[in-house]
Amino acid sequence: MIHNATASPAKWRLKQPSIIPGFGLTLGFSLAYLSLIILIPVAGLLWRTAGLGWSGFFAVLTDRRTLDALYISFGTAFLAALVNVVFGTVVAWVLTRYNFPGRRLIDAIVDLPFALPTAVAGIALAALYAPNGWVGSLFMPFRIAFTPLGIVVALVFIGLPFVVRTVQPVMEELDREVEEAAATLGANRFQTISQVILPGLTPAILTGFALAFARGVGEYGSVIFIAGNIPYVSEIAPLLIVIRLEEFNYAGATAIATIMLIISFVMLFIINLIQAWNRRRYGNV
Amino acid sequence: MEVTINNIRKEFDRFPALNDVSLNIASGELIALLGPSGSGKTTLLRLIAGLDFPTSGKIFFGDQDASHHSVQERNVGFVFQHYALFRHMTVAENIGFGLKVRPAASRPPKTEIRRRVSELLDMVQLGGLEKRYPNQLSGGQRQRVALARAMAIEPRILLLDEPFGALDAKVRKELRRWLREFHDRTGHTTVFVTHDQEEALELADRVVVMSQGKIEQVGSADDVYDRPGSPFVFSFIGESSQLPVEVREGTMLFQGQPIGIAEAGDGAGELFFRPEDVALVDAPDALFGKVTACRRLAGTRIAEIDIANEGHAPYHVEVEVPLHAPIELGSETRFRPTRWKVFRK
Ligand SMILES: Nc1ncnc2c1ncn2[C@@H]1O[C@H](COP(=O)(O)OP(=O)(O)O)[C@@H](O)[C@H]1O
Ligand SMILES: [Mg+2]
Repeated sequence: MIHNATASPAKWRLKQPSIIPGFGLTLGFSLAYLSLIILIPVAGLLWRTAGLGWSGFFAVLTDRRTLDALYISFGTAFLAALVNVVFGTVVAWVLTRYNFPGRRLIDAIVDLPFALPTAVAGIALAALYAPNGWVGSLFMPFRIAFTPLGIVVALVFIGLPFVVRTVQPVMEELDREVEEAAATLGANRFQTISQVILPGLTPAILTGFALAFARGVGEYGSVIFIAGNIPYVSEIAPLLIVIRLEEFNYAGATAIATIMLIISFVMLFIINLIQAWNRRRYGNV
Repeated sequence: MEVTINNIRKEFDRFPALNDVSLNIASGELIALLGPSGSGKTTLLRLIAGLDFPTSGKIFFGDQDASHHSVQERNVGFVFQHYALFRHMTVAENIGFGLKVRPAASRPPKTEIRRRVSELLDMVQLGGLEKRYPNQLSGGQRQRVALARAMAIEPRILLLDEPFGALDAKVRKELRRWLREFHDRTGHTTVFVTHDQEEALELADRVVVMSQGKIEQVGSADDVYDRPGSPFVFSFIGESSQLPVEVREGTMLFQGQPIGIAEAGDGAGELFFRPEDVALVDAPDALFGKVTACRRLAGTRIAEIDIANEGHAPYHVEVEVPLHAPIELGSETRFRPTRWKVFRK
């Protein structure tokens, strides 16, 4: 009596050019543009690095200072992105779900890290979190500024809008009826949030995480003011690149850059894979 | 479960979406809330479910006052108009959700949940689709997943908001019959909302006709169709024509002229009659007008008649005429209602 729809088999195939004209033109433009802006500079980077040869490259890679700088850069960016995922999602939730006086103001403030010159942010944060600053003095003798923790603080500041602005629109689109359905089925608020709402937000949260993380890895301006820049302790990889450049060690600088590039690329690629897997499961309606 | 609704009022920003609504729903009954869009059907359904709370009035489940019980405590099955399935869960996970979130003390073991889910899937004829995600299902299938999910918690009452609203006509008819069978089989007290009178009349034991936040009439399909209790019900359900009349000394006058039908109780009112309750007559005291159009309707013919008298407002009525009646476009036709109702001003 009632027919079951047959699911279309998911197969890999080249995207069918659509009937909308301009496919060739726009694809050509996109490729040329991407080449000019991204691929050619990256190729230049690799070219420069190649000048070192494998042994030279490995020497840079295994240098204690390089390793520590990379560890600090990726570690702090990862931690900051994690913090932002939690608090950015909470901020997005407050902004979409509640109406309170000053909501628009807070909504605008979220974008501040986008707009503020990063150096200004760095100086302000350093002043605040320094051992004699407003916030820093509260935590004494525990030091925040001029330690890796200070870097995390700066990166949290820089990365917050990425999470909020990717999660917020998806949250606004969430169907209230789905939550009500969960409630009629007996789920309490906690179960509804953890089992119904959050899984629906996962792709957006992952994207926000990836953006905040990528931004954190590349951040320079705000970090160098608060980090203290102590080699092996709180020196970030981008700073080390600048130091190498100032020593006219161009190959060394590009080698570190190449390593950063590869690690970033692999991480973003993995996040993209997770996203694609998500999409294939739930479909993007 | 018997449900009693006592003098419910619900305001949204001072605007009453429901105004003094009272209703008794008998145990095991299949009842339809029928009314135009905005008449408060969904609001009433949500109040019964506990998704909203009334401004005043009480709701009883059996003889227990449920007015302040939360939606979780009420244990109702609610099927949303757009299904509201959990997109990231499979069909089986959707259906099992209500059992899985129970507190540990009353939660059935995993194998028992799985058994219940497959039982429910069979019941809604979706066996074999448990691993699908909602976006891999057709509208009718999603509807039935939503129903199975609501049934999984063994609800005390089943509430459906426009259950067939988003489906195409054929699937709608199928599901309608299927829901009736389903109800007869399970015997659940069921309330469903619809704006489609055909659906309500065909499916429900009793129909609750609503308009502007009020219940206009409650009754069987025959009651509301044959014995409409208000002008609104008469014109909302089925086809009807409406003319202003005056009753004087036992006869009915239309635009000052007797129309050959007797009615007790003098005074002005509105005359309502259905197209099929009209006879063509050849008498001076009758309604008359010019035929402007003729439509074939299954086994009969509907004539559209314009009544236009000098010095009076024009009226338009529709009457059913025998297939072979000699009706010509533009000709003058005389007729009288054989069954009618006058609602007094
Ligand atoms: N959450 C709400 N806020 C404000 N007004 C509402 C809300 N829900 C319903 N209404 C109003 O209440 C009236 C009845 O709505 P509803 O119960 O949805 O009607 P129906 O389901 O019969 O179409 C409508 O005028 C609608 O605009
Ligand atoms: Mg509605």
